[in-house]
Amino acid sequence: MKSITKQKSLEEIEQQLEGLGRVYIIGCGTCTTMTKTGGIEEVLDMKDRLQDMGKIVTGWTVIPIACDEMTEVSLRENNEAIQNANCILVMTCGLGVQRVGSYIDKPVIPALDTLFIGLEDSPGNFHEVCAQCGQCVLGWTAGICPITACHKHLLNGPCGGTNNGKCEVDTEKDCAWTLIYERLKEQGRLDLMRKYQPIKNSQVVPRPRITIIS
Amino acid sequence: MAQSFKEAINSGKFVVTSEISPPKGSNIEKMCHHIDTLKDKVDAINVTDHQSSVMRFPSIGGCLYIKERGGEPILQMTCRDRNQLALQSDLLLAYVRDIRNVLCLTGDAVVVGDHKEAADVFELDSTQLLRAIRQLESGKDLGGNDLDGAVEFYAGAIVTPEAQPIEPQLIKFEKKVEAGAEFFQTQAIYDLDNFSKFMEYARQFPVKVLAGIVLLGSARMAKYMTENVPGIFVPKDLIDELSGAPKGEALNKGIEIAGRMIAALKRDSICDGVHIMAIGREEVVPDILAVAGLSTEIEKK
Repeated sequence: MKSITKQKSLEEIEQQLEGLGRVYIIGCGTCTTMTKTGGIEEVLDMKDRLQDMGKIVTGWTVIPIACDEMTEVSLRENNEAIQNANCILVMTCGLGVQRVGSYIDKPVIPALDTLFIGLEDSPGNFHEVCAQCGQCVLGWTAGICPITACHKHLLNGPCGGTNNGKCEVDTEKDCAWTLIYERLKEQGRLDLMRKYQPIKNSQVVPRPRITIIS
Repeated sequence: MAQSFKEAINSGKFVVTSEISPPKGSNIEKMCHHIDTLKDKVDAINVTDHQSSVMRFPSIGGCLYIKERGGEPILQMTCRDRNQLALQSDLLLAYVRDIRNVLCLTGDAVVVGDHKEAADVFELDSTQLLRAIRQLESGKDLGGNDLDGAVEFYAGAIVTPEAQPIEPQLIKFEKKVEAGAEFFQTQAIYDLDNFSKFMEYARQFPVKVLAGIVLLGSARMAKYMTENVPGIFVPKDLIDELSGAPKGEALNKGIEIAGRMIAALKRDSICDGVHIMAIGREEVVPDILAVAGLSTEIEKK
């Protein structure tokens, strides 16, 4: 599992940092290193950019797994430089930003937008595979998720916009239901596609989503 | 009072439906003009539901005007913009205002329209919407609660006979039939041999099928649709026929082609009727019907 992120524009980052002159930067050694949005190289580049904006960078670190609870230890080790800053600019996904924020009593500013949870198909190519909908249908759909792979997250087959196996919103993208159809056909299980899928429960775990595993 | 669409289609006559688009704004003059042009010429008029995901006056609003002006509306209802609660409440309103025909559609994607950053809903798909209608008819809402006053609709759906690959679409067609679809309006068809083959298949099911006829205004439009619109295929001889029309006569050629196709569909009893989509040229629908030899028959109803 990887959190796929994209850096915000420098303009937006600068707006968020308005009135905050001293900045400490945190990156992540896991997902954002892999997506080249919050690894050492990007953190150092951000340091230069912030200095160009007239900010003082009091320090930086790349935490091995920013969303992990060990983050608290890393923050403690860097406490002095963190205390010298007015805020923390976090170059991790939303999980890391919130993990960091839970340990530090200073503003945490995200430098990235978290796009989706995805897999890497080939270097640099990521695609969303699970929307964490809480009601998995992969057993009916040949292991291809229509919630994420179909633009309209349809459950009962393709819409009328599919064309030669491609999606109506982007001809570069495959029609999920054509893929599901082909794989079920190969498996001799097309009867599964004929089965009516009822309306999904949109409140399996109502937000805010919390669960206790005993 | 004219026959209802359901009565007309069940009488065995070759039915004709057409469609109008509500305005982008509060000026309903053109829509009302189109309603008045069509209401006595066709058996029912579809009202599109923010077609191509372009925000407009609502489908149900257009249907109310059709009722007010003495026509028979078909409420197009997509799943793009409304969740369960909103879809059901619109159906209650439709029913009490005597709007009894509903065409259930998934709806175009939001990103193809004019509000590209809007949320899409798609909580239901077209098959689930058909079942939702049948559930409301049973006196229960989708939450399983009793309704104080049930509803009754003549529910339909769409099918794309020229889709590639076709089998996934046919599986969905059968799911729609099982979900309670009583009539189908097809995506535009131009190749009558292909369509006849589709109808041989569709005739196995207890549903009425209206062939979709999209008026071709020019050879350019025909080529564009073949190349860009999913499930539409205009054969080369029709494109050549349009290109060969004298300057300024392409639209008349398109009217002639549409009328000729309708006449052939009726003559050979290929399907139960046609759905004419004139896309902004609603005023020529009576001309198409005249070419098809259908105008007097429908005016008599």
